[in-house]
Amino acid sequence: MFSNLDLQKLVFGRLTLEAIPYHEPILLITFAAVAVGGLAVLGALTYFRLWGYLWREWLTSVDHKKIGIMYVILALVMLMRGFADALMMRAQQAMAFGPEEGYLPPHHYDQIFTAHGVIMIFFVAMPLVTGLMNFVVPLQIGARDVAFPFLNNFSFWMTVSGALTVMLSLFVGEFARTGWLAYPPLSGPAGSPGVGVDYYIWSLQIAGIGTLLSGINLIATIVKMRAPGMGMMKMPIFTWTALCTNILIVAAFPILTAVLVLLSLDRYVGTHFFSNDLGGNPMMYVNLIWIWGHPEVYILILPAFGVFSEIVSTFSSKRLFGYASMVYATVVITILSYLVWLHHFFTMGSGASVNSFFGITTMIISIPTGAKIFNWLFTMYRGRIRFEVPMLWTVGFMVTFVIGGMTGVLLAVPPADFVLHNSLFLIAHFHNVIIGGVLFGMLAGITYWFPKAFGYKLDPFWGKMSFWFWLTGFWVAFMPLYVLGLMGVTRRLNHFDDPSLQIWFVIAAFGAVLILFGILSFIMTLVVSFVKREELRDVTGDPWGGRTLEWSTSSPPPDYNFAFTPMVHDGDAWWDMKRRGYSRPLKGFRPIHMPSNTGTGVILGMISIVFSFAMIWYIWWLAAATFVAMLVVTIAHTFNYNRDFYIPAEAVVGAENKRTKMLAGHV
Amino acid sequence: MSAATDHGHGAHAHDGHGHDDHGHGGASHGSLKGYITGFVLAAILTAIPFWLVMTNAIGNNQTTGLVIMAFAVVQIVVHMIYFLHMNTKSESGWTFLALVFTLTLVVITLTGSIWVMYHLNNNMMPMSPADMKHHMP
Repeated sequence: MFSNLDLQKLVFGRLTLEAIPYHEPILLITFAAVAVGGLAVLGALTYFRLWGYLWREWLTSVDHKKIGIMYVILALVMLMRGFADALMMRAQQAMAFGPEEGYLPPHHYDQIFTAHGVIMIFFVAMPLVTGLMNFVVPLQIGARDVAFPFLNNFSFWMTVSGALTVMLSLFVGEFARTGWLAYPPLSGPAGSPGVGVDYYIWSLQIAGIGTLLSGINLIATIVKMRAPGMGMMKMPIFTWTALCTNILIVAAFPILTAVLVLLSLDRYVGTHFFSNDLGGNPMMYVNLIWIWGHPEVYILILPAFGVFSEIVSTFSSKRLFGYASMVYATVVITILSYLVWLHHFFTMGSGASVNSFFGITTMIISIPTGAKIFNWLFTMYRGRIRFEVPMLWTVGFMVTFVIGGMTGVLLAVPPADFVLHNSLFLIAHFHNVIIGGVLFGMLAGITYWFPKAFGYKLDPFWGKMSFWFWLTGFWVAFMPLYVLGLMGVTRRLNHFDDPSLQIWFVIAAFGAVLILFGILSFIMTLVVSFVKREELRDVTGDPWGGRTLEWSTSSPPPDYNFAFTPMVHDGDAWWDMKRRGYSRPLKGFRPIHMPSNTGTGVILGMISIVFSFAMIWYIWWLAAATFVAMLVVTIAHTFNYNRDFYIPAEAVVGAENKRTKMLAGHV
Repeated sequence: MSAATDHGHGAHAHDGHGHDDHGHGGASHGSLKGYITGFVLAAILTAIPFWLVMTNAIGNNQTTGLVIMAFAVVQIVVHMIYFLHMNTKSESGWTFLALVFTLTLVVITLTGSIWVMYHLNNNMMPMSPADMKHHMP
């Protein structure tokens, strides 16, 4: 054994200098840009002495509001990365025809489409959804924090370390070239011997822990911590969708974890779960990962439906039409989402009976979704509609999402799917529902709840610019893909032979540029609004004429959210309180018991990055060391008895008096 | 994590607006008798499969496997009732609802996967020419 002992292998595993892609000019430039940008940020933090503030007030915070905001920041940063990938793909496909090879060789192009999918789903859409739920749910149910505040902080840092691991693959080694679900046998040890799939596995496993734990946390919060009087059928609809989404998370994510563990075993210790021979069956991987994958789609869209429900009712100044039917539709979708997974692989050869069963269940699931659209329309009907930015996103969503839904039902017909499977039609369909549904929903939600989080509204001019660029950009970018898909063009190609197709790809690339302007306008919105924050200040805490409890407290809310736990008598609790002439209690404040901040989450998150890195590069000693370190930190944390404190009554009085003064100055 | 739980509830309990008025009953607590019954049942349910395998009492491996699976299911139920103290009323029915939901999903996942994979294997796995003659129309 010791005769072939290789010191370098022992210390560095399979990591060599070759792994740094200095021969790829694109990556080198990106790296330089990231390094310069990163150094500038670090320098600024040091210059303005913000490290202590950042550590005390944000990174170690267990406050659900701050964690929610950090989730959204993470998602927006990762959106830049994912969108840069999208622009590169659109540019490549617009130019690579006939003799023209384009600028991205296949091995690089394949990494880009994989990274785009993984980042957009796991590190943009998921953090946006989790972030909004984190921020809004405790406020909507009249609670002071989530059920397990430290767990919440830990979940966030697990998600961050998953995201950082993906980013690391850009500069050390490579990312998977397998597509965003990494089907074997391509992702098996023979098909992908490099580190790409290992980066994929470990980033998703680490981030998946965070997602699962935050799911448990929010379920416990919603079930156990609602304000007195708030029965299940008096919960705000966003809280309902959050509950169903988190139930889906808790039920579905273990399947993803298990599948990825089996794939890791195939790759690390040579088992044959998903190989082609020795009893393995790669079709089982496809089957299992879609049992997670289809509920995942609804994990993303349900909270968006919740956001739209809140916005439609607020900006139509009406109670939501068909509250009960909305709840039942959400619950039915939750159950049905487990009965449709096979529609992702009709063409794998299940035969007529299986395909028709799953085709029919897929068509059935569109019924509750359609019912929701009608509920929103009837809420708007004869309402006093204010077309502010969140409402624009909502109307844009309804138009766009209905088209996406219809192409989805079309794909649910197995014979049609045999023609359209893996074509650009499918790509256009799911971008139609994810951009038009989830992304519009999350941007609407951010615009809607921004004043609650920061105390000032977002600038409406730049908000409208962003909306119109996104909306037109989406249509220009993806309608050509429907056309191309119907003509039979398949996905994931970096070069085409038929020059007559080029015009469609050029149009699509133009659409992507419009979306770029949409994103830039959104950043402008944030900057301009910050500059004009005094002008846009929300002093009332209720800038939109809201209906649910989060608008009853100040903007931004105090650390303790509510000085007194509100009593709920009606579904639209705050609307009901306003109607009955609610007066804010001005005295009788008591000390408030709160959880203390802790750095354990950050530390565990950072160690887990090193652990994943060591596992990916086969640096076994480091993997063992970091694993032990994680256990030690976890156990040490259980001996930390300094976990809570009281906000003294005087501090509460001070904060509440300040608000009283602010409200008086306004009126 | 239990201390973190206390925070969440403590934050509410200490200002006199506790959440007790939800009326959830909490989990039922076990009695010595219950634990002993559970232990005896669990031990018996473990001993029988061992006996079946060691003496090969049934004689057919597949039947033995199925019988052991059946015992395993009963074992799960015993654990849930006597050790996890689950009943239809604890936590105002949330525990039971969660169990029903979990069972539904497990059944869907298992039967669905078996059904799907059976079809896929039949249609898609490599066949010998003789099989092809037999299967193809």
